Amino acid sequence: MDQTVETGGKKIFETPLYPYAKSPDQDPGANAHHPVVIVGAGPIGLGAAIDLAQMDIPVVVLDENDKVSWGSRAICFAKRPLEILDRLGCGDPMVDKGVVWNVGKVFFDERQVYDFNLLPEKGHKRPAFINLQQYYFEQYLVERAFELQRQGKPIELRGGNKVVSVTEKGNGVALSIDTPDGPYTMSADWMIACDGAGSPIRAMMGLDFVGRVFEDNFLIADVVMDADFPTERWFWFDPPFNRGQSALLHKQPDGVWRIDLQLGWNIDKDEEKKPENVIPRLKAMLGDDVKFELEWVSIYTFQCRRMEKFRHGHVIFAGDAAHQVSPFGARGANSGLQDTDNLCWKLKLVMDGLAPDRLLETYDVERIHGADENIMNSSRSTDFITPKSEISRIFRDAALDLSERYDFARPLVNSGRLSVPCVYDDSPLNGADALAGGPARTRPGAPCPDAPLGDGFLLDKLGNEFQLLAIDADIPDQVEDGGIAATALRISAADDASGDLAARYLGDAGSAVYLLRPDQHVAARWPSFDEAAVKTAIRTATGRA
Amino acid sequence: MAALNTKPNIAAPDDFYADLLAAHEGLSKAESDAFNARIILILSNHVGDREILREALAAAKAQNEEEKRS
Repeated sequence: MDQTVETGGKKIFETPLYPYAKSPDQDPGANAHHPVVIVGAGPIGLGAAIDLAQMDIPVVVLDENDKVSWGSRAICFAKRPLEILDRLGCGDPMVDKGVVWNVGKVFFDERQVYDFNLLPEKGHKRPAFINLQQYYFEQYLVERAFELQRQGKPIELRGGNKVVSVTEKGNGVALSIDTPDGPYTMSADWMIACDGAGSPIRAMMGLDFVGRVFEDNFLIADVVMDADFPTERWFWFDPPFNRGQSALLHKQPDGVWRIDLQLGWNIDKDEEKKPENVIPRLKAMLGDDVKFELEWVSIYTFQCRRMEKFRHGHVIFAGDAAHQVSPFGARGANSGLQDTDNLCWKLKLVMDGLAPDRLLETYDVERIHGADENIMNSSRSTDFITPKSEISRIFRDAALDLSERYDFARPLVNSGRLSVPCVYDDSPLNGADALAGGPARTRPGAPCPDAPLGDGFLLDKLGNEFQLLAIDADIPDQVEDGGIAATALRISAADDASGDLAARYLGDAGSAVYLLRPDQHVAARWPSFDEAAVKTAIRTATGRA
Repeated sequence: MAALNTKPNIAAPDDFYADLLAAHEGLSKAESDAFNARIILILSNHVGDREILREALAAAKAQNEEEKRS
């Protein structure tokens, strides 16, 4: 990144990054038309815009604000989203700034019951998790968007642009937009709605958003302090300083600490948010002698829910606008980035006329599968953290009590699970799984796991186009079917002395040929090259079978 | 295929039953509930096999189903 945003001493989230400027689209009679409009310049909207612009698809991002998100909000970013960010050209600043952590401690009542180390698997470029304030996350995405702009890529961010109506036209959508200079209209072939859990676009279109409400409130406080707490995740069940409830302490960059306190259901939110009520709570938790400053305080409740379908004609929903989960387990922004990772290459093929419209239906199939998995996992964490019945609390406390003395009970303790990407099992895009002895983790539908490769890593060589990955097998430079080409990448198990590459991609097989999708998911695999089989798999993976 | 053993399997069943009651002796209702939860988790882990655990849950549930019907 060759330019950073100057903030003049202000916090980044107080600084307009893409201030409103009048666009020629607002001139009378302009009748502006754009191939793709994205609504919402949060992590998901920006990720989608960068992905499309990198593929030379002109994209306009509309947001009623002009700054990154207020307060830290999402803070945990998992390995798979970091790998997606690498593909989007902005993984490095995130990981350089972020806090990497591996150790967690679990407390119950007045005592520590156990600690754990995530012991991340070796041979990956990216860590299992980083903690990073959402405002930095968005800042780096905005900087990447500007960098693409300077390189002449067709990407435009319009702050102060509030979409007030959207109409499906059968071959695209028509929008009206409010600005400080008054309203204007435009049309677009496609709209991607990334406008958050409260999605105004979803409401305008009268679409459903059903699910389960969790009757609980959480106080979230980010404090700046010089404390010698280690870089660990500390989780309390029923601590003396927050009886009957839970608490979380987690480190972010710049000496900022995330504190999350469960408050229960019947509370006065406005009262609880006042510093004179927040500060005594934090002192009880941190100790009287710890000096801290409040950076951001919020009270949240949450629901686990999703839209019945994410795609509605020429409007496609992604991220929190399409699905919402509890925050335990870092599955919000993380799954949203996986949405647009899945969507953008499909949209490109459909826009180029190389794949039929039904390819977009597989965005629904694959990402609804992902959303359901995330909702299930985060609901389970929530049910453990905040038991909803007497008997569930009895079992929860039994597991915690046993965890102090017996290893077996520790996997039952659920204070949020490591967010891992889902495998698109049963996706209509999956082709042959013909690699006898091949590892289950690289079956069709799975995201490619990283592996060492020479001086670097495999994933840095994957993505943005269909690829034919050959491991100790002969393949041609390119295989093409219906104008869609898969480009050769030839490697050898000998390129990785650690054996991780062979363990992850060969298993018991001596050689392998993988067809990989532009989003780094496995489409099909074989022990050796067979042109007809590869062409069939390309057709299947692009909805043309 | 492993299956849930529903045939007599405990040597000296009267002794075991007496041990079970003795373990609860002097406990309040809340303490007994907690004890039961711990013993269920300990034994479940010892069994380990998910299929057998599912069958055991179903076997225990059968009584509730019957009571609902009558």
